[in-house]
Amino acid sequence: MSLDNKQVKEIAYLARLSIEDSELEQSTSELNNILSLMADLSEIDTGDAEPMAHPLHMSQRLREDVVTEENLAEEFQAIAPKTGKSHFLVPTVIE
Amino acid sequence: MMHKLSVAELIKGLKNKDFSSVELTQHYLRRINESKLNAFISVTDDLAISQAKEADLKIAKGGSTLLTGIPYAHKDIFCTKGVKTSAGSKMLDSFISPYDATLSHKFNLENMVMLGKTNMDEFAMGSSNENSYYGPVKNPWDLNKVPGGSSGGSAAAVASRITPFATGTDTGGSIRQPASLCGITGIKPTYGRISRYGMIAYASSLDQAGPMTQTAEDAAIVLNAMAGFDSKDSTSATKETPDYTKKLTNSLDGLKIGLPKEFFSSGLDGGVEKVVMQAIKEYEAMGAKIHEVSLPNSMHAIPTYYIVAPCECSSNLSRFDGVRYGYRCEDPKDLDDLYLRSRSEGFGKEVKRRIMIGAYALSAGYYDAYYLKAQKVRQLISEDFKKAFQSVDVIMGPVSPTTAFDLGSVKDPVSMYLADIYTLSVNLAGLPGMSIPAGFSKNLPVGLQLIGNHWSEELLLNTAHQFQLNTDWHKSTPTEL
Repeated sequence: MSLDNKQVKEIAYLARLSIEDSELEQSTSELNNILSLMADLSEIDTGDAEPMAHPLHMSQRLREDVVTEENLAEEFQAIAPKTGKSHFLVPTVIE
Repeated sequence: MMHKLSVAELIKGLKNKDFSSVELTQHYLRRINESKLNAFISVTDDLAISQAKEADLKIAKGGSTLLTGIPYAHKDIFCTKGVKTSAGSKMLDSFISPYDATLSHKFNLENMVMLGKTNMDEFAMGSSNENSYYGPVKNPWDLNKVPGGSSGGSAAAVASRITPFATGTDTGGSIRQPASLCGITGIKPTYGRISRYGMIAYASSLDQAGPMTQTAEDAAIVLNAMAGFDSKDSTSATKETPDYTKKLTNSLDGLKIGLPKEFFSSGLDGGVEKVVMQAIKEYEAMGAKIHEVSLPNSMHAIPTYYIVAPCECSSNLSRFDGVRYGYRCEDPKDLDDLYLRSRSEGFGKEVKRRIMIGAYALSAGYYDAYYLKAQKVRQLISEDFKKAFQSVDVIMGPVSPTTAFDLGSVKDPVSMYLADIYTLSVNLAGLPGMSIPAGFSKNLPVGLQLIGNHWSEELLLNTAHQFQLNTDWHKSTPTEL
């Protein structure tokens, strides 16, 4: 399984990354080298092994349904690139 | 010569009034200022002096704890309120954290003194510290060599004694490998032992913080201050935390040490192997018994890790969107352009590579072949350890297949990944692992890796401490000191 330049561009876009055309060839070759390292996995007989999602096989702990967060709106807005009143501002989405 | 002292000795010195915390802090700040290793991203001089003054007051008036007034360096992955927290990335170059990580909070409660934030591979992705937006860190033993990564700044800072100890994080070896390459002691505890709250996430099922110190005794003292349940971290373990210094002096007579035959295969450098085997002999002399064990699936750790970690990172790093915090591109023409350019300009090459591998492996049609398959192999890797720990107490082997390599010498990503072969499986299984200085090969430090069963940090620290009572590799420092 190897990727071509077009697929690499598509994957990049899925992750909202863009790749310069001048770097595309190298990116594709690097990603293919990495994927060939992964090819090894398909040859391993995993039998009926359960997929391991948590290193200690623990399930998610639940807490009481009470408010724990303080209101830090001002502090959080102070570090945002662009804000207005109580909003985070982005370019217009709907005209 | 205060910088020659361990944390345990500094605690005594402060108590005996041989020096004040302010004197100690000024001494280390001066050393940091003179250092040419690029180990720090930010040096927090003013904050450190004010924290030291407060610590001295506490020590004089009462209310101090064991670590009050002890200076330390914090890996720049831990959020520190009011202080830049960059994770080694352009994305967070302007990020002043609005809150403290639980670990930062705990250290503040003890009135410890933060000297600054240490350099690291961007978002902890790397094994050489060359992926930092702030430039590579130099290895204090040879300025042309890498310090290892991702906690390279922390390791170099401790090795060159410009901080008494430092914090690190370890997702696939990022505490142990730089500790090995810089000749210091580092422990990655069992997954869930130290809170991950406010520790910028890379791969959430693998990330774990730990201390990087001169000695195992220091690691035990500092781990006492770091470990424990935290309600703010949903994966934090509720298991009780022991006093990690209590069992340091236990005898190792009869200790069963397992040597995985797969860790001594063709890829291992001869000089590293020699040092590791010499250390094993040292343990035999202390009464330990050596057994061969087998971890057949650990050899699949590289493809397994480099699927699991990028999948988790592609999800974790989707939070960096140029909207709420961090880097935003100039004049975005629409929302898509804002996302695309903010992320493309803000992330470095290795981070983008791992995000893309993750996005691909999780995409429709490939999920079963990559992510699900990797999770199954992860189970097999974990079962190998379980089996091995039925017959031995501690597993030992090399940390890294080589000593520190030349800066700029490993150019392709795959070769860099291969250097993580002995450390990755420990994270995949959630086990505690340690690196301790075991000797030198061609004048560069070699670490010995100690791997324990879940929650066996006390035994690991005991095993490491006994080695350090019988050897003095941990006391060796780079010649210029």
